Amino acid sequence: MSFVRTGGVSLRYRPRAIVCTALLAVAAVALAVVMIGSGEFRLTPAEVLRTLAGDGAPADAFIVRQIRLPRAAAALAVGAALGLAGAIFQSLTRNPLGSPDFIGLSSGAATGVLAAIVLFGAGSAAAAGGAVAGALAAGALIYALTGRHGAHGQRLVLVGVGITAILTGVNGYLLTEARIEDAARAVLWLTGSLDGRDWADTGPLLAALAVLVPAVLLGCARPLRMLEMGDDAAHGLGVPVGRVRVALLAAAVLLVALAAAAAGPVAFVALTAPQLARRLTRTPGPNLLPSLCMGAALLTAADLLGQRAFPGHQLPAGVVTGLVGGGYLIWLLITQRRTGRL
Amino acid sequence: MNTRLHGTGLTLGYDRRVIAEDLDVAVPDGSFTVIVGPNACGKSTLLRALARVLRPKAGELVLDGAALATWPARRLARTLGLLAQSSIAPDGITVADLVARGRYPHQGLLRQWSAEDERVVAGSMAATGVADLAGREVDELSGGQRQRVWIAMALAQQTPILLLDEPTTYLDIAHQIEVLDLCAALHEQGRTVVAVLHDLNHAARYATHLIAMRGGRIVAEGAPGEVVTAALVREVFGLACRVIDDPETGTPLVVPAARRRA
Repeated sequence: MSFVRTGGVSLRYRPRAIVCTALLAVAAVALAVVMIGSGEFRLTPAEVLRTLAGDGAPADAFIVRQIRLPRAAAALAVGAALGLAGAIFQSLTRNPLGSPDFIGLSSGAATGVLAAIVLFGAGSAAAAGGAVAGALAAGALIYALTGRHGAHGQRLVLVGVGITAILTGVNGYLLTEARIEDAARAVLWLTGSLDGRDWADTGPLLAALAVLVPAVLLGCARPLRMLEMGDDAAHGLGVPVGRVRVALLAAAVLLVALAAAAAGPVAFVALTAPQLARRLTRTPGPNLLPSLCMGAALLTAADLLGQRAFPGHQLPAGVVTGLVGGGYLIWLLITQRRTGRL
Repeated sequence: MNTRLHGTGLTLGYDRRVIAEDLDVAVPDGSFTVIVGPNACGKSTLLRALARVLRPKAGELVLDGAALATWPARRLARTLGLLAQSSIAPDGITVADLVARGRYPHQGLLRQWSAEDERVVAGSMAATGVADLAGREVDELSGGQRQRVWIAMALAQQTPILLLDEPTTYLDIAHQIEVLDLCAALHEQGRTVVAVLHDLNHAARYATHLIAMRGGRIVAEGAPGEVVTAALVREVFGLACRVIDDPETGTPLVVPAARRRA
């Protein structure tokens, strides 16, 4: 740990964590620039930056600003939101499996989307609303079921697994009831895709990030670190345990819900980003900001890979994150079992 | 008897389960108070209530003349330190970093590591004999070392009152004595120390004030020399015994009766 001290102000930091976070942020933006420049209409990174700065050719400007920038921004924002939410959940539950993928939030979003499309024939805007409503409802249900004292640890994970199982059944039923074209549209949604995203899709998420990221990082990061030592220990140190936990859960659920509305329930980013970030920074604790940057970089890389890896075929980002993230999960289970921590 | 921390008419419990009812308790200032009693007698519950981790269902606890419930969290944490039984050391944290967390109630967003924080953390590690371990990871330490690190963290909080929930559990006999000697030293430096202990003989040796509980009630309290008698041990623990003078300290020593031989 290093520190700076001037006058009454003193700040403590780990140089390695700061360097890693900066590198991840640069990597995420660089991937976004590459993504904007790639495709049938190619642009060099320099041309992309010039166009973004406002002095590119008019034809470039249209493609960059109207089509590709919104998609890249969606990748960055959804990845960042999932990375941060995943770090919050994993820290609160003290469990790498305490991620939105497993505790029922993603399934809740899926149920919301399916209900909107299948039962009400909703368009994409209403489907996004369904995702938000579904994830928020699942979050509220989990909180209600785990109770005042139990919203942490194994209990939250186990309740979440139960809710996921129930919602999977509901989702299957809704799909079988759907007309075939509705079902196809819904399935594409459920995979998690950034294809054709425009500012209207990501607007709510960007606004939420602008408010919640500073609020969480400045207001809750230090108490969250204390909470990792257990409720009683945190309490003894003067952390208002109940209030901090509710605030963090609410912020994380909201981020997951709006991310699902923007891109569908993209799998495994919230699970892997905090784990990778922690291994990179080698810093104990929630690693909120590194996880956020890692999530943004991961999802942008996944979407770039999905678009370009197989010429002529486009894979939705959710397929790529599912394949890579699933492999990572297995690796995690094997190595953690070996060290006896899981 | 002067007491900064006391409560009257306390009903304690979890959810619908009541553990203790109509309890009056007072912690004498400057004492080393030890709460003893059989398993599930409510001793840890009482300590958690004193630390405000658990809010009483009825009755009121008072600290320095103000209701404990009305104390702002951070100010309370600068007055009452708690060594919780369930504390978890975060993965990969070093001794120095864990002890530094005890400074949390003295810190803020822009005051994360003052010169005083640094001095107090170094002093706390020296006082508990873990200064040499500062750079080691807590996971690698022995049980006794780890417990001293947790005590160092509570010490770094710089509170005049220190509450310790079973600080010797899971330690072998040498480490139990080591931890209790440390607690006694902290008490001699002027702190009020309240501990929950399992071992009645340890309690009798180290406590200046003993609180014996059974079934959620305080059965007896006072100086160990007056409180610990064969009759009390039978009443509280249901154990037949003799009480003799500890040859080392002269405090009461409980010797369980031998199984009757044919």
